[in-house]
Amino acid sequence: MSIPKNYRWRKFVDQVMRGSTVVATGCAVIPLIAIIGYVLTLGGSALSTQFFTDVYQPPNMAQAAADGSTPAFDPNDPFAGIGVPSDGTAPADGTALESDVYAGGPVGGVLHGIIGTLIITGMGLLFALPIGIFAGIYLSEYRNERYATIVRFCCDVLSGSPSIVAGVVIYILVVIRSQQFSAIAGSLALMILMVPIVTRTTEEMLKLVPESMREAARGLGAPTWYSTFTVIIPAALPGIVTGVMLAFARGAGETAPLILTVLGSNMISTNLFAPMASLPLVAYRYTESPYPGENTLAWGAAFVLMMLVLVMNILVRVATRRRAGASR
Amino acid sequence: MSSMTISQLAPFYGSRQAVKAVDMQVATQEITAIIGPSGCGKSTVLRCLNRMHETILGASATGTVLLNDEDIYGSNVDATLIRRRVGMVFQQPVAFRTRNIYENVAAGLRLQGMSRKAELDQSVEEALRSAVLWDEVKDVLSKPGTALSGGQQQRLAIARALAIKPDVLLLDEPCSALDPIATANIEELLVQLKTTLTIVIVTHSMQQAARISDQTAVFMVDTSSGNGIGELVEKSSTINVFTNPSDPRTESYISGRVG
Repeated sequence: MSIPKNYRWRKFVDQVMRGSTVVATGCAVIPLIAIIGYVLTLGGSALSTQFFTDVYQPPNMAQAAADGSTPAFDPNDPFAGIGVPSDGTAPADGTALESDVYAGGPVGGVLHGIIGTLIITGMGLLFALPIGIFAGIYLSEYRNERYATIVRFCCDVLSGSPSIVAGVVIYILVVIRSQQFSAIAGSLALMILMVPIVTRTTEEMLKLVPESMREAARGLGAPTWYSTFTVIIPAALPGIVTGVMLAFARGAGETAPLILTVLGSNMISTNLFAPMASLPLVAYRYTESPYPGENTLAWGAAFVLMMLVLVMNILVRVATRRRAGASR
Repeated sequence: MSSMTISQLAPFYGSRQAVKAVDMQVATQEITAIIGPSGCGKSTVLRCLNRMHETILGASATGTVLLNDEDIYGSNVDATLIRRRVGMVFQQPVAFRTRNIYENVAAGLRLQGMSRKAELDQSVEEALRSAVLWDEVKDVLSKPGTALSGGQQQRLAIARALAIKPDVLLLDEPCSALDPIATANIEELLVQLKTTLTIVIVTHSMQQAARISDQTAVFMVDTSSGNGIGELVEKSSTINVFTNPSDPRTESYISGRVG
C-alpha cells in the first residue's frame, strides 16, 4: 500500500479540526464549571444545620440570638443593634461599619424557601402533568389530525418564549383580579412554562416506541386509547419521566414569573392564597443586600436549589429504573 | 372458522390506487398463500382483510370483503371488532416490551374483558400449546417476552393472536426475519393450525408457498400505465400454479425470469 501524495496534509488538517473541536468544547464547559464551582464554594460555606431548619432572620435579630441578648425592636430607634446611631447618621469615626453585623453575621436559614419551592413547583407540576401528558399523547398517537401540527407549533413557540411573559400573563389574569399575590398564581405561571416541555418530551418518547408494537396491538382489535395506555405508555415511561424531571428543574429555577406572582416571604407559609417564599426568590432578594450575611444566604439558597433538582432527578431515575427493571 | 369472499376490492393510498380490483375466494381449512414481486400490493391486500390497511395515513379501500356473510366494509361495522375475528401476525416479531410472556399472550384476552385468573391461565396455556411454544416457556412465563429468540417471539405473536380465538389468521411474511430452523417450526405450526382455522399468508418465498399452501394467489406489478399498480394475475390450487400456470406472467415469475 502506497502512501497517497497529500497524506501528510490531510493528516495535518484532521489534527487541526480535531484540535479546534476540543478547544470549542472546553470554551463551552468553562462557564458551566465556573458556575458550579462558585455556587459550591460560596454556597457550601453557608451550610449548617441551622441553614436547613431556620427561616430568615433580620441581621439584628440574628445578632441578638448569637449574643444571647434580647432582640428589642424600638420603633423610635429602628437602627439599634445594627450599629447605626439613632439619628441615622453614620459615626464620624466609621465604627458602625466595623460592627459584627456588617462583617457578616448569621441571618438564619432558608427552610421557608425550600418549603415554598417544593409547594409552588410541585403544584405547578401537578397542574402541568395531566395537560402535558395528554397533549403529548394526542400529538403522537393521533398525529394524523391536522390540528396536531398547530398544537405542536404553539408548544415550540411557548417553550422558547421568555419566562417573564408567563409571569406577566398570570399577573394580569390572576394577581390583579384577585388583588393578591399568591402561591397558586406562581404555580399557574410555572404550569405555563412546564406544559410545553412535558408535552413535547412525551410526544417524542412515545414516537420512539416502534410502530410495529402499535400495529400488533391494533391487530388484536385494540382501540387506540387502549393500546396507548396498556402498551405504548409503559414502554415509553422512563423517557416520559425524564421529561417531567426536566420540567420540574425548569420550574424550580424560574425567578422572573415568581416575582410577579408569589412575591416572596421571609416566613414559612403554606397558605396557597398568600405570598410564599421560594429558593430563587431568596437568592434574588439577598444577592443585592448590603449585608454580607444575607449575601451568603443567597449563595446558600442557590446551592440548595441546585442540590434539590439533582437529588430529585436521581431519586426519580432510580425509582423508574427499578420499575422498568422489575417488569423486564 | 370462516371463509372470505373478496369482490372488487381496491386499496388506495390517497388518490392513488395501489392494486387493481381483486376478486378472490379464501376457503376454510386451507392455507392461501399470496406471492409476487416487491411492490405488487400483496401485503396491502392482506391488510385490507382485517381493515388494518386504513390505519395508515390517507389509506382507504373500496369493494366488499365478506367474512362468512357479513361485509367487513359495511357501514355499521366496527373495525376493531373485525380485527378480533381476523387476527394478524407481522413481519417483525413483536413482543410487548413491558410485559412478560404470560401477559403478552393475555393482552388480547384482557382487552376483551377476561379477568378471572383460572380462565386466563387456561386460555393462555391453550394458545401457547397451539402455537407449539408451551413446552419451551411453561417454566419461564414471568420472563419478559423480549427475552425470547426471534423465532420464539414470532410464535409468541401467533399465540397472542390465537388466544382470542379468531376465525381467520393473516400472516404478513412471518418468516422473513427468521432463520431456516425457526421458519420450519412456524411452517409446521401453520399446517397444524389449518385444521381449525382459515389462514392467509403473504410470503416472499415461493418455496414456502409451495411447501405449505393449498391455494396460491399470484400478484404482479403492471407498469404499462406509468405508475406501477398491483394486479392479481392468477389464483388457483398451489399445484396448478406451480406446475401448470395459466398466465404467462406467473410462469415467468415462478421460473425466475422476472421479479
